[in-house]
Amino acid sequence: MIEPQTTIAILPETLVAETRKMRDQGYRLVQICVTRLGEELELNYSFDLNRRFVNFRFRQPKTGARVPSITPVYWCAFSYENEISDLFGVQVDGNVLDFKGTFYMTAMKHPFIHDDAPIPTAAQPLPGGQ
Amino acid sequence: MGNRTLIPFGPQHPVLPEPIHIDLVVEDEKVVEAVPSIGFIHRGLEKLVEKKDFIEYVYVAERICGICSFIHGQTYCQGIEEIMKIPVPPRAHYLRTIWGELSRIHSHLLWAGLMADAFGFESLFMHSWRVRERVLDLIEATTGGRVIFGSCKVGGARRDITPEQMHWLLGELAEIEKEMRLVVDIFLNDNSVKHRLCGVGVISKDDAVALGAVGPTLRGSGVADDMRLLKYAAFGDLEFQPITRSDGDSYSRCAVRCSELFQSVDLIRQAAVRIPAGEIAVKVTGAPDGEVFSRVEQPRGEVVYYIKGNGAKNLVRFRARTPTFANVPALVKMLAGCELADVPVLVLTIDPCISCTER
Repeated sequence: MIEPQTTIAILPETLVAETRKMRDQGYRLVQICVTRLGEELELNYSFDLNRRFVNFRFRQPKTGARVPSITPVYWCAFSYENEISDLFGVQVDGNVLDFKGTFYMTAMKHPFIHDDAPIPTAAQPLPGGQ
Repeated sequence: MGNRTLIPFGPQHPVLPEPIHIDLVVEDEKVVEAVPSIGFIHRGLEKLVEKKDFIEYVYVAERICGICSFIHGQTYCQGIEEIMKIPVPPRAHYLRTIWGELSRIHSHLLWAGLMADAFGFESLFMHSWRVRERVLDLIEATTGGRVIFGSCKVGGARRDITPEQMHWLLGELAEIEKEMRLVVDIFLNDNSVKHRLCGVGVISKDDAVALGAVGPTLRGSGVADDMRLLKYAAFGDLEFQPITRSDGDSYSRCAVRCSELFQSVDLIRQAAVRIPAGEIAVKVTGAPDGEVFSRVEQPRGEVVYYIKGNGAKNLVRFRARTPTFANVPALVKMLAGCELADVPVLVLTIDPCISCTER
């Protein structure tokens, strides 16, 4: 059984202000998630207060996606923002702990926006059977 | 201000079962700043969903982690079942609850052993893991696996627990509970253990929420938040209240996990009494078309799966936010201001699982 979940469409320019309202009400930042939908990226910012699940959502172009950082509001967002930057190429402005593309060590840049990204396979045995 | 030195901690370190790296800026013996780095074992498992059939993917979800493997599978199945409106048989919900709580017991005992090892109490480490082996025996007898259970599938459960097995399981659990009490008594009352844990790495209630902490890390700071209150699986039929401690220090987080061991035993007993007869799975037809955030309480805290399908057999997006990922900021906060010698203990108080974190 899944609890009722609220999704609210917002504009990227109101993200920080809306997020601040959530913090002031005592909401916990649950996660930030990006989904590639064709030539666009859908961003979800999720919050929880006493198991009330609220989700902010907006879209950005796949190429050149740019969002303001919410780390001035929720410092803990730094890890999520580094993740969406490394995996999806979303430029996050103002992340207080910016790893500058080194949070994940991936074989190719921004693998989650590519169709031809290498898919994980079983490790090949080394020469000599080791 | 004393001399500042940068000390790299990890990714290979005796207390770390998995690789995480932390740059510790220390002044004499005091940590003034900690900067974490992950990324050593990123496997791209979320990307793999684009190539795997959504039914097959439950095998991958279970392999995100070798400790809470079953609950990963359960969270995934629960999400798919919600999107497809699959009526999972009640008996399957109870079976999932029992296996999930067995997972919690073995995970907390694994953590207990690692924690004892971190503060140099080797005999306590060995006793914790000896008891854990008995829990793994129960899991093996009822699912066929000790690490990857493989007993959860979209639409229900793959295996049943017979009445005879349930009787035997409860008898064994009573013996295990006695042994756990001996181990927990040392964790909570031994002076040397208290000396290492009490007042170390304090996170206030407000900070725990602001830092996005989950699980025992959050409940150890006095926040009664536990996803089992969402009443997924059979939790709606069972009596359950989250365990909290208010001090917010390493001892509180330890005490929450210790109490949760017995809470899980109680939940299994309740489930064993109330489990209904009937089918354990339904046939699944079609493919998921829609989206959901599926949330379940793992041993380390809330896990969140985002699942989105478009009616094809491959999902559009699968995203797992694991509890350790959420607890890393709280760890960074705990480390600032602590003694260098306390760093290994503090790292372990969030019960880190890095393979989960990186997926």
